[in-house]
Amino acid sequence: MLDIRQRTGYLFLAVMVAQVILVSAQVQSKSGVRILSLVTFEAFSHLERAASGGISGTRGVWDRYVALRGLRSENDELKKELASLQVKLQEEHALAERTTKLQELLDLKTEAGLPTIAAEVIAGNPNPGMRTITIDRGSADGVQADMSVIGPAGVIGRVVGPPARHAARVQLLIDRNAAAGALTERARAGGMVVGMDADPPLRMELVSNLADVKVGDAVIASGVDGIYPKGFRIGRVERSERGNGLYRTITVRPSVDFSSLEEVLVVLVPPRPATRDEGSK
Amino acid sequence: MKTLAVLLALAGALVLQTTLAGLMTGGRLAVNLVLVAVVYLALAYGPVTGMLAGAAGGLAQDALAGAIVGIGGLSKTLVGFLVGILGAQFIVSTALPRFVMFVSATLLHELVFQALDALLQSRGFAPQYMAVLLQAVCNGVVGVAAFLIVENGPDVLARRRMRRASFAKRRF
Repeated sequence: MLDIRQRTGYLFLAVMVAQVILVSAQVQSKSGVRILSLVTFEAFSHLERAASGGISGTRGVWDRYVALRGLRSENDELKKELASLQVKLQEEHALAERTTKLQELLDLKTEAGLPTIAAEVIAGNPNPGMRTITIDRGSADGVQADMSVIGPAGVIGRVVGPPARHAARVQLLIDRNAAAGALTERARAGGMVVGMDADPPLRMELVSNLADVKVGDAVIASGVDGIYPKGFRIGRVERSERGNGLYRTITVRPSVDFSSLEEVLVVLVPPRPATRDEGSK
Repeated sequence: MKTLAVLLALAGALVLQTTLAGLMTGGRLAVNLVLVAVVYLALAYGPVTGMLAGAAGGLAQDALAGAIVGIGGLSKTLVGFLVGILGAQFIVSTALPRFVMFVSATLLHELVFQALDALLQSRGFAPQYMAVLLQAVCNGVVGVAAFLIVENGPDVLARRRMRRASFAKRRF
């Protein structure tokens, strides 16, 4: 007969081996345990929404009735209006840029404004090292995987994984696994912006040492990744130095304040296949 | 009853963790409440509960995080099991040894978790030492506080109730 210590050891081994198999299956197939992940996410999104609702309710009572009595709600309205105008301005800016380029190429295609849906942030990531958020819009609202998420100040991130019916997970651009096609607005130097665990939290890679990139240059989405809408602001160059190899060392300060995300906009345009050289056109 | 308590503790820790993380989206939350719950359960109930709580909490955390499901599960299973074994071998009933246990468990967890993550995502192993240390200390403080509340909370409440009752008797 097995004694208790032996049985505990066997149980420990069994649990570990089962999880190693689980991890191996995902690494091999690259598909992940979608169902387990989706079911847990779906079930938990209701709890998260309730918890977030409780906190917003308490905050709302304090802000609207105790602290400011009315002034706060007017301010909120004005902020919303300003946010929507800023998004419109960015859209116009991006559209104007695009039009100039397209005219140069005698391409007369016109693009309509981006269809978006507003969403509220209801939770963060349970793993302290990962930078994702959960929003209260899901497949029932037309949200799909890889749709981009923007805000009045610029690009925020993209929807990752299959969304639940009324919730979706958004990977922030500053997450260490996130990346976006980008170019500098002034010199049109193309590259890729990636997130990192540092300050500032963005780095622009694959920009040639020959490119003219200066501190303060605006960095915008190039659209080559097929996810982020072209022309939307990512941030400003904070450091630009000649690198040892072929590429420059560039750090970027994001234009979005990621520490206080409450409402975001999901761009309801399904991702298209990435293109090769759109950024430099 | 014990199973229900374990599940409630893990679910509560997960909800609180995601809610707190949602309030500070850009920063790195300096506490891992699911890990605190796993270590607490391992110290309170032993290696089997610690290991199973670690597996369940870790898998749920992975599934919610959108990461590879099993990395957190593996690291928390290991931590829960080891803490349970050590808790049964040594006297861990005062604040200091408990704090040391929470801090060591966090360091071990982060080491295993980040090494596995780097290996599976084909990335260099470059842990943020200060962030890990800060998380270890925060987990230690929260864990010790949880023990104090669970162990002394009912007594404090009972004493307050008795004091109120004796005041009421004196008045009338």
